Amino acid sequence: MPTLSLLAFLAVWQGLAVYLNSNTLPTPETVARVFWLACATGQLPFHLGVTLLRLVVSFTIAMILGCATGIVLGRNKKLDAFFDNWLVIFLNVPALVTIILCYVWFGLVESAAILAVVVNKLPNVIVTIREGTRTLDQDLLDMARCFHFSKRKTLVHVIWPQLHPFVMGATRSGLALIWKIILVVELLGRSNGMGYQLHLFFQLFDVASILAYTIAFVAVIQIIELLILKPLDKKSMRWRR
Amino acid sequence: MSDVQININSKTYSAIGQAGHHTAIADFKLSLKSGEFICLVGPSGCGKTTLLNIIADLDNDYEGEIMVGQEHTHPKIGYIFQNPRLLPWRTVRENIELVLDSHQSAAIIDPLLEVMQLTQSQHVYPERLSLGMSRRVSIIRAFAVDPEVLLMDEPFVSLDAPTARQVRELLLKLWQERPHTVLFVTHDLREAIALADRLIFLSASPMTVISEITVPIPRSERHNEQAIEAFRQQLINDYPAIKKLL
Repeated sequence: MPTLSLLAFLAVWQGLAVYLNSNTLPTPETVARVFWLACATGQLPFHLGVTLLRLVVSFTIAMILGCATGIVLGRNKKLDAFFDNWLVIFLNVPALVTIILCYVWFGLVESAAILAVVVNKLPNVIVTIREGTRTLDQDLLDMARCFHFSKRKTLVHVIWPQLHPFVMGATRSGLALIWKIILVVELLGRSNGMGYQLHLFFQLFDVASILAYTIAFVAVIQIIELLILKPLDKKSMRWRR
Repeated sequence: MSDVQININSKTYSAIGQAGHHTAIADFKLSLKSGEFICLVGPSGCGKTTLLNIIADLDNDYEGEIMVGQEHTHPKIGYIFQNPRLLPWRTVRENIELVLDSHQSAAIIDPLLEVMQLTQSQHVYPERLSLGMSRRVSIIRAFAVDPEVLLMDEPFVSLDAPTARQVRELLLKLWQERPHTVLFVTHDLREAIALADRLIFLSASPMTVISEITVPIPRSERHNEQAIEAFRQQLINDYPAIKKLL
């Protein structure tokens, strides 16, 4: 069924492209040819690689900081009350504003780009993990206490498995959000990566290349889902009936 | 192992919303002799679980003291909760291993699994266990840490009668092999008589000790239901205050 729906999608695309016969909507075949060429010259793998590297670094930083902060806020009512307003502010600052401010304050450098992405993603992770921490089963935590589990043991074996669905939620929404932000970051202040390339193609009105790069990126995200996230889900859910 | 002394002058819950201050426990004194099996019998809601949580150091908002021998300290606890509280993402064996240091675990766990007839199910996740089996796992987990006091909070409640009897017999077998001081909470007097060396009757809230009675039936006679029923009737006749609790 998924193959059938994919074929139907391609057929609609092909039909529209032939009917409109315009440079602004190339046929799937043209896009495939451009894709192949961009891969052969090494252009597409290079820029895709650069963007993916930024994604991995900023995603890792945001997830680690976000999980740690979320657990602390979820467990500590006073700190949570104090920082709640901060979270609301950071959640609502537009991504573009953080990106511009980071570049203005720290210059057009790689660390400013990464920081801008992290600052955009972090509040989302914190809020998700904080909600998860609030729903932790107090009975299990009491059990850990009266059997004198160490803090580390409690975190790894009692708290973390309960947070797993929330972490996976934050991961999935995080990947989707971060890659969109990274493109803007690259478009505004980097001289490589997908965002930079897309900006270039926009100026040249090269829609076939824009579509080829988009397809490459969507494919990579699908591969991450299939090869990393799905198996992780399966492993952590093996105990469920 | 040392004797344990429990003196709780008062335990109150502060007012929340419409509900005012509530005194759960008042002037409660109990001494546990090493290796003794004590059953606490009292009406539901009288504060038994609160008492166990204080002894387990899960609740330290009370006036009073817990002593082990001459020391002001909490005893090492093995807690068998009313709800087994197993980690669903760990198998039976992994749940027990978690309370132990890894290097000593097999030598401790294997014999316990065997006595509790769970060797076959040791690699099963808790969601696939019946309630009776889950309770047996939580009994093993509590014995595994070799505690100074075993706390049991109505561990056989909501089991059907044959399963409850089976788990009770397995528990007694384990306890006779490895005598520990046990504090067993129940509101079932027959169960209490079948298990205990000493019965402690508790009042409704604020909880305090009404009377302490040593069970004279020898251990070898405890499976005899007529003997247990006869003693129960005798208790109810001799102590009218108890009758009101049941």
